[in-house]
Amino acid sequence: MTHVYNVKPLQVGRHYEIDYIHSYGEVSEFFVGLKQRKLLATRCLKCGATWLPPRRDCGKCGSRTEWFEAPLEGKVHTLSVLHFAAESFLAEVPFVLAYVGLPGIDTVFLTRIKDCKLEDVYIGMPVRARFRRLVNWTPNDVCFVPV
Amino acid sequence: MRKVCVVSGGITKFARANLDTQEAMCKDALDYALDDLDGRLDLKDIQTTICTYFSDHFEGQLLFDSLTQDYLAMCPKPSMRIEGGGATGGLGIRAGYMDVASELSDVCLVYGFEKMSEVNTAKGNEFIALASDTDFDYPVGGFYSGYYATMAMRHMYEFGTTAEQLGMIAVKNYDNAFNNRWAQKHQRWTVEGVLSARMISTPLTLPMVCVMSDGAACVILCTEEWAKRLRPDGKYAVITGLGCGTDTMRLGDRPRGDVIPLPGEDPARYVHLKGKWPGTHSFRGAREAARQAYLMAGITAPLDQIDFAEVHDAYASSELQTYEDLGFCMYGEGGKWVEKGGPYIGGEVPVNPSGGLTACGHPVGATGIMQGVFALWQLQGAMAKHCSDAEMGCDGSKIQIESATRGLIHSHAGTGTYIAVHMLETPEGGAK
Repeated sequence: MTHVYNVKPLQVGRHYEIDYIHSYGEVSEFFVGLKQRKLLATRCLKCGATWLPPRRDCGKCGSRTEWFEAPLEGKVHTLSVLHFAAESFLAEVPFVLAYVGLPGIDTVFLTRIKDCKLEDVYIGMPVRARFRRLVNWTPNDVCFVPV
Repeated sequence: MRKVCVVSGGITKFARANLDTQEAMCKDALDYALDDLDGRLDLKDIQTTICTYFSDHFEGQLLFDSLTQDYLAMCPKPSMRIEGGGATGGLGIRAGYMDVASELSDVCLVYGFEKMSEVNTAKGNEFIALASDTDFDYPVGGFYSGYYATMAMRHMYEFGTTAEQLGMIAVKNYDNAFNNRWAQKHQRWTVEGVLSARMISTPLTLPMVCVMSDGAACVILCTEEWAKRLRPDGKYAVITGLGCGTDTMRLGDRPRGDVIPLPGEDPARYVHLKGKWPGTHSFRGAREAARQAYLMAGITAPLDQIDFAEVHDAYASSELQTYEDLGFCMYGEGGKWVEKGGPYIGGEVPVNPSGGLTACGHPVGATGIMQGVFALWQLQGAMAKHCSDAEMGCDGSKIQIESATRGLIHSHAGTGTYIAVHMLETPEGGAK
């Protein structure tokens, strides 16, 4: 039944929903790697740039890359404590969203910091990767916790 | 390329909810622009149009540009939809410039809209966050305020920027908007009030974040010949410079390299940032867009040559970062520049005399065009005429930049993925 919110002007409810069959394509190995407790990054075969999240083709020079295992310990590069979020994540706030820098990786990796008080997370804090046992095949299959 | 002029503009009052349809909002903005030309421009004189809106999700309608083109009685003329996240409006002006400069069109209508009120704020934030990488970033953060907040935190860490300085920017914009009848929010804030307001994503509190809006805006671009005919008093603007920059969708993928110098800027100023820039604290795309626009407009000393700027302050922090990208101060000194009064009306370069996105609102597809409308009115000396409203207590003369001859507009998408910068000048040419 259609819900009527207002009559002048007429405002009515409208529903929309969709399920996708989404392919991770050439970076599928990354998500499979999370299940194996690995952070799989790529390294450019030509210029040596390293990418996490991985790219099949280098974002700097366009050459092909190779897979390698990134270290599982690093430092918080920057962070924010989220007290509001998009609808799908509202039930999870507050949480710490952070970029983590890992040795030998040129990019910084977006993740959540768990297992500590929100106010205790700081830039430069040593953290290590923690993997989900039951994976959802999303980047949330890994998070970081204090070392 | 031939000169491209801005002769008129119109906006609807941005509101939390405008219950008219999108096409009617666009018509209202167009009617305002036409009325301001006192009947000298007929609909049939418009040769091409550019339509800008951001999100098919918000509108619940694909190919909305066809509905609006029809409603504005523009069929069967050439038209194109432009979309580039938060920079949608600015990129639309760029597309309109291309139409006129390339001689495909003598008179081009650039109009944009967004209706964000048909979903709740959290759902709206989800739609906006779908403009981040949905494989790697959206599932983890899923919230643009959160992404920008991490940039603000890094800026604070690198340069000692403070929450108070961010608060000052928000207060400035609310104060300016108080005299702008088009603004969505007419509120008085204090720095203390801003800092103690509801926390959204550290360090950003609610009043430092722009709000969802419904609204439409348009500008009419044309050749110099048409501009002289449509504005016999010479009160039009010339687009003397434009630039567009981009950066990686994933903020974490941005390089740490060397600062791109602006025209005339000595790269030696930034020895201390060697191998660190833009990182997660600066907008490379904005710097590149400014470089191109300054080069084209002959700007080598922004503080001396620019009378005002309307910049994309979706967040108080991104306005501060943008001061640096645009060369209004050194990288790292945005906070100090606020403290010394740089961006205030009467300061070195008044920034967002309209109140910006913070207070005017951010109906995405209309926002960058709204900046063009305000810039035109500033250069016409017409802020009092257009922005005053006795009943609302708005005195537009208070946000008029005296004898303004050159202004900058800056339109920006998701953490700096797309930036469009335009320089607008009076026909006599800009110089302080």
